[in-house]
Amino acid sequence: MSKVSLIIKREYLTRVRKKSFVIMTLLGPLLFAAIVIAPVWLTSMDSGDTKVIMVIDQSGLLSEEFAEADPVGIDYQMVNAPVEMAKAQVSEGEQFALLLIPEIQLDRPDGITLFSESSPSLSVVKGIENKLQKELRELKLVRSNINREMLDRLETSIDLQTINLTEAGEQQGSAGVASVAGYIGAFLIYTFIFLYGAQVMRGVMEEKSNRIVEVVISSVRPFQLMMGKIIGVASVGLTQFLLWILLTVGLATVFLQGFSPEDLVKQRTEQITQNMPEADVAQAEMALNVQEALSSVDFTSFILTFLFYFLGGYLLYGALFAAVGSASDSSTDTQQFMLPISAPLILSIVTLGAVLNEPNGTLAFWMSIIPFTSPVTMMMRVPFGIPGWQMALSMVSLVGGFVFTTWIAGRIYRVGILMHGTKVNYKVLGKWLFSNQ
Amino acid sequence: MYKRYAKHEALRDISINIPKQSIFGLLGPNGAGKTTLIRIINQIINADEGEILIKGERLRQKHISDIGYLPEERGLYPKMKVGEHLLYLSQLKGLSRHEAFDRINNWFERLEISGWSEKKIEDLSKGMQQKIQFIATVVHEPDLIILDEPFSGFDPINANLIKDEILKLRDSGKTIIFSTHRMESVEEMCTHVALINKSEKILDGTKSEIKDRYRSHTFDIVHSGRLNGLNIPYELLHERTLENQNIASTLRIDQAYTPNNLLGELIQHVEVHAFQEKIPSINEIFIKEVQEN
Repeated sequence: MSKVSLIIKREYLTRVRKKSFVIMTLLGPLLFAAIVIAPVWLTSMDSGDTKVIMVIDQSGLLSEEFAEADPVGIDYQMVNAPVEMAKAQVSEGEQFALLLIPEIQLDRPDGITLFSESSPSLSVVKGIENKLQKELRELKLVRSNINREMLDRLETSIDLQTINLTEAGEQQGSAGVASVAGYIGAFLIYTFIFLYGAQVMRGVMEEKSNRIVEVVISSVRPFQLMMGKIIGVASVGLTQFLLWILLTVGLATVFLQGFSPEDLVKQRTEQITQNMPEADVAQAEMALNVQEALSSVDFTSFILTFLFYFLGGYLLYGALFAAVGSASDSSTDTQQFMLPISAPLILSIVTLGAVLNEPNGTLAFWMSIIPFTSPVTMMMRVPFGIPGWQMALSMVSLVGGFVFTTWIAGRIYRVGILMHGTKVNYKVLGKWLFSNQ
Repeated sequence: MYKRYAKHEALRDISINIPKQSIFGLLGPNGAGKTTLIRIINQIINADEGEILIKGERLRQKHISDIGYLPEERGLYPKMKVGEHLLYLSQLKGLSRHEAFDRINNWFERLEISGWSEKKIEDLSKGMQQKIQFIATVVHEPDLIILDEPFSGFDPINANLIKDEILKLRDSGKTIIFSTHRMESVEEMCTHVALINKSEKILDGTKSEIKDRYRSHTFDIVHSGRLNGLNIPYELLHERTLENQNIASTLRIDQAYTPNNLLGELIQHVEVHAFQEKIPSINEIFIKEVQEN
C-alpha cells in the first residue's frame, strides 16, 4: 500500500469512526425532512386559528361581500358599534384588529386606519391593502359602467413557456426549476468547502501542535502528508453526503407511505386554488409544465458537473486551509488568514442573485471562469445551459487553480508545520514560499 | 554540510563521520544547529551544500526505511489506539501489515507492556507514551537510529530499561546517533562524540581519544608524609590535611612523564594511600570548549 493511501486511510477511518460523524449522518436527513415537512405542518396548524378583523365602514361604500371569509385566515366582520368600543375590544385582546374606514371620497381614499394590539405582519397589511384596492377599483369600474362579466372577459392568464435551443434540439426549460436546482447546488458546494476545509485546517493544526508531525514527515514527504489529509477528509465528506442522500430517500419513502402524500399535496393545492378558483385549469397546466421541465433538466450531466465543481472547489480551498493550519499555532492565529480565503467564497454566494438575473451576463461569465468563485457560480448557471467552450474554459481554469493553490500550500506547509512560536504574517509566509527548505 | 536561513547560518562546514555500530553523541548548546543537522539526515529539510553518504551510498528517499528517528518534540495521535498507531507508523516506514504486527507484539513483550494494544493513546501517561514512541522508532529495524533526548519523561527504572535496549540494539549491529544534554548518559553510553557550537563543529572523535586530548596530567593523591624532593618537575595545585592526618594533594606533572614515573617517585618518598589521574569529564570539556568559543 502506498504511503499516501495509508495516510488517506487513517484520516478517513479516524473521522468516520467518530461519534460526531455518526450523529451528524443520522441527524442530517432528519433536518432535511424537518425543513420540508415543517412548513406544511405549520400551515396546517395555522389554518384553525383565524384572525378576526372588525370593520367599521363610516363611508358606506363597502358591499356586504367584503366580509366574505378570506383564504389567508382572516375573518372580516362588519360591525356597527361605536369606534371607541371597538377599539377597547381590540386593546383587551378580544379581537385581532379594527379596520376603520372614515367618510372617504372614492377618488381620494385617505385616512383608512388599522388599529391592532400588536403590529400586524406585512402580509396581513398587504392583504388588506389589496382587498381594499380591489374593492374600490370595482366600485370605480361600476361607476364607469363596466360590469363584472365584461371584466372577466377582459382578463387573460399568461404562462410563458421557455424553450432552450441547444445542440440536442429544442428543450423545454423552466427558469423556476433551474434556479432552484442552481441554488441547491451552489449552497451545497459552499457549505461543503467551509465545513470540510475547516476540518483539514484543524487536522493540520492538531498534528502540528501535538508534535506528531516530525515523526510522520521523517517517513513521508510533507506534501504527501498534506495531500493524504485533504483527500482523506474529502472522502469523509463524500461518504457523509452519500449516506445523507440514501437516508433522506429512505426516510422520505417511509414517511410518504405512512402519511399518504396525496393529503399533503391536496392540502397545499387547496390552499393555493382557494385564492382563485377560476384558475384551476391554469394551475393544473402549470403543474404539468413543471413536471415536464423537471424531466427536461439533464440530471445526469447536472450531477456530474456538480461532482466536478464540488471536488475541484474543495481541493482548491482545502489546500489553502491546510496552509493556514500549518502556519498557525492556535485557532486564534488562523483568523488573519481566513478572511482572504473566505472573501471570494462569500462573494460568490452574495452575487448569486445577480447571476440568476442574468445567467449569461458578464458578471456570471467572469465569476464562473475565475477558479476561486467558479464552483459556486457555475452551479447557479449550469441548469440554464452554458456554451461548451465556457464550460471547458472554466473547468480547465479550476484544475489549473487547484494545482496552483496546492503548490503554494505545499511550500508554505512544509516550513510551517515545523515552526513553533513564530509570529507569522504575510511577509513571513512569502519568505517560506520562496525558501529552499 | 552548509545550511543558511534568512537571518542566520544554521550549519557551517560541518563534516562528520559516524562509524558503524557506534553510539555517537551529538552534543552542543541550545540553538547550535543539532536539530537542523538531524532533520537534514532525516530528509525533512535539505542542505544548501554538501551531501550525506549512508552505507557508502548517497542518501536518497529510499533510505527512509534505514533510519529511525525519535525527535525531541514528539507526539502521537491522542484518539488512536496504541496498536493501530504503531501499525500505522511502521507501515509508513515500509513494513507490511503482517510483519509490523508481529514485531510490535514482540516489542510489547520486551518493554513489558503486553496487552496495551487496545488502549487509547490519550489514556496513557507521558512516560508510557514515550515507550510507544521508542517502539515506533525502532520497529522497522533501521540500521541508523537517531535519538533526540530519548530519556526525557522517563522515570529512572524505565530510563534504564530503554538504556539497555539501546545498548542491545548497538550490539546487534545498529548505529546510534544520540543527542542529549545529559552528560552522564553520554559518559556512560557513547563511544564517539561530536560537539557543535554556533553552527560549527568544534570537536569530534572517539570518547577516549577526546578525553586523552584533554588530559591535563593532573593527579589526585592521598598520602602520609610530606611531598619533598620528587625527582620529576611538578606543580602542586592544592593540598589539604584530612582528619586522619593523611594529606590529599593535587599535582600536575610535565607531559613528558607518565603516571608510572610519578608513582615510582612517590613511593620512594611517601606512603601512598590513593592515586588517581584526573581525567576531564565530557561535561567539563563541553563547558570549557563552549565558553572559550
